[in-house]
Amino acid sequence: MDGRVVAGVAHGLAEQLRLSPLTVRIGFAVLCVFNGFGAAFYLALWAVVPLAPVAERPAARGRRVGDIGRLAALALLVVGVGLLLSGRQLVRNNVLLVPLLVGGAGLAVIWRQADDTQRSRWLRMSSRIGGVGSDQSKRAAAVRIGGGIALVLVGISLFLVLAGQLSAARDALVPMLVVLVGVGLITGPWWYRLVADLSEERRERIRSQERAELAAHLHDSVLQTLALIQRHVNSPREVARLARGQERELRAWLYRPEARQESRFAAAMEGVSGEVEDAYAVQVETVVVGDAELDDRLGAIVQATREALVNAARHAGVTEVSLYAEIEPNLVTVFVRDRGVGFDRATVPDDRHGVAGSIIGRMERHGGTAAIRSTPGAGTEVELTMTRTQQ
Amino acid sequence: MTAPVAPRPLVRVFLVDDHSMFRSGVRAELASAVDTVDIVGEAGTVAEAIEGIRRSTPDVVLLDVHMPDGGGQAVLERVRPVQPDVRFLALSVSDAAEDVIGVIRAGARGYVTKTISGADLAAAVRRVADGDAVFSPRLAGFVLDAFTQHPQTPVSDPEMDLLTQREREVLRLLARGYAYKEIASQLFISVKTVETHVSSVLRKLQLSNRYELSRWATDRRII
Repeated sequence: MDGRVVAGVAHGLAEQLRLSPLTVRIGFAVLCVFNGFGAAFYLALWAVVPLAPVAERPAARGRRVGDIGRLAALALLVVGVGLLLSGRQLVRNNVLLVPLLVGGAGLAVIWRQADDTQRSRWLRMSSRIGGVGSDQSKRAAAVRIGGGIALVLVGISLFLVLAGQLSAARDALVPMLVVLVGVGLITGPWWYRLVADLSEERRERIRSQERAELAAHLHDSVLQTLALIQRHVNSPREVARLARGQERELRAWLYRPEARQESRFAAAMEGVSGEVEDAYAVQVETVVVGDAELDDRLGAIVQATREALVNAARHAGVTEVSLYAEIEPNLVTVFVRDRGVGFDRATVPDDRHGVAGSIIGRMERHGGTAAIRSTPGAGTEVELTMTRTQQ
Repeated sequence: MTAPVAPRPLVRVFLVDDHSMFRSGVRAELASAVDTVDIVGEAGTVAEAIEGIRRSTPDVVLLDVHMPDGGGQAVLERVRPVQPDVRFLALSVSDAAEDVIGVIRAGARGYVTKTISGADLAAAVRRVADGDAVFSPRLAGFVLDAFTQHPQTPVSDPEMDLLTQREREVLRLLARGYAYKEIASQLFISVKTVETHVSSVLRKLQLSNRYELSRWATDRRII
C-alpha cells in the first residue's frame, strides 16, 4: 500500500538512494547468492534503521537511511557477519574479522538512528562542549577528539601490519582494544550530553504531566464540589456534608498518594466511616491505632462497626460520632460513640435487626463480643472486641 | 445571668495565620467567648508574628502550622527561647502525623484542627493558658500508635520513652472522644489528675528522643 513488500527496507533504501525499488530488490536477490548475504543485509537494515517519521512523510512509511556514514557502518557489520557465515578458516584467524565487526559496530553506534535533526543537535552539543566555558575546556575537547582519532589511526595501522603477518589471534586484540578506546573517546561526550539531555527532558515531561493531572483532579473534585456548595447555600447540613466529603477525598489524595490499600484494616475502617459520613451527613471522628492485613474476622469487625456507625447516625440525632479502633498483637477493640439521645435497651424490641443481627450476632459468629451501653439523653457507646490469633 | 463564682482574668490571645480570612473567622468564633478570650493581636507572616508576640506578650498564641518561611515551627523556635511564658496552641487543617508531631515537639502545648467549634476552641485556649495540654482524639491516637505499636524498639530511657498504664488509658479515652470530665468519672480520678496525665504525655512527646517517633511520623506520611 505504501510501497512496502516485506518490511519496507528495499523501498526505503531506494528512496534514499534515489533508485528504483526494483533495482534495490534485484540487488538484494543477487547478494543472496553469496551465502545468503543479501538476506542478512536486509535483516540487518530492518533491525537497525528506524521507520521514517510519520510526520515527515505521512504517506510512505518506508524505511529511511540517514546517510553514507550509517550505510558504511552497516556495510561493515554485514560484511563481518557474512565472513562469519562463510569463511571458517578466516574465523580462526580473526585478525580480519574481529576488527571489522568492532569497527562496524563502533560506527553503527555513532550513526545509529541519527537522523538529521538529532545529528545536528549532537553536533551543536559537541560544539557546545568545546565552546562553553574557558579555552581550557575547549582545548580539552580538542585533545580528546584528536587523541581519539589518533588512536583509531594507530589501531588501523597496527591491524594492517598484523594482517600481513596473520600471526596469533592474541596480537589482534591489542589494536582492537585501541580502536575501541578511540571510538569511546570520540563519542563519549556526545553520549554523556545525550543522556543528560534525555533525563532532563523526561523530568520536564513528568512535571507537566503531574501538573495536568493535578488540574484535572482539582477540576473533577474541588471545583465541582464548590459549585454544588454554592447551590446548596440554604441547607447547612448539605453544605457540611459536601465539604466534609470533599475534604476527606482531597486529604486521601494528598497524603496517601500510593494506591489505597483497601486490604488493610485501618484503610477499611476509614472507608466505612467515609461511607457513613456521605450517606448520613454526619461527621465521624475516626482514630485508628495500629494496622493489620484484613482477614475474615477483621472484616466482620469492620462490618459490625459500619452498622454501629449507621445506627448512631440514624437514631442518635447528632452530627458527630466518634470511632476509635485499636489493633494490639492479640486483641482488636473498636468503640463507636455518640452523645445523642441514647435509648433504654429494655424498650428495644428483640427483633430489631440492626443491633441484634448485624452487630452482636456478627461479632459472636466470629468469636468476638459486642457490648452496648446507652443512657437515655447522654448517648450510646458500642464496644466490639475480638481476640486475635497470632500468625 | 448569674454572676460567676470566681471571675477569671481573660486569656490574652495572639493569632498567627497567613490567611486573613481565617484570622477573621477565628475572631468571629471567639467573639462568642468574650468572657474567656481577649484577642490582643494578629500576624500573617513569621516575622510579623515574632515582632507582634514580643510587643503584646500574649498568654496564648494560636499558631497556624503551615505558613511560608518555615511555618509555625519557625515561630516556636524563635519565640520560645526569648519568651518562655508564652504558650502555643497549634491550629491546622492538616492531620498529617508529621506536622502534628512536629509542632508538638517544637513546643506547642496542644493541637486542634481548624474545624473545631468556637466554644471548643475557647475551652482549649483556656486549658493551654492554665498550663495544661490539649489533645485532640487524633493526636491521642498518634501518640498511642507511636509509643505502643513498636514493642521491639529498644528503649533508651524508660522514663521518657514509655507510657504508663494510666497514661495509656487516658489517651485511649481521649481517642474515643471523651472529654476530660468524662475520663475522670470513667477512671474514678479527678479532672486535675487527668490533666496531669495528659501533660506528662505531652512532656514525653516533647522530650523523648525515641528515634522511632520521628521515623514513625515520617512513615505515616508516606504510607
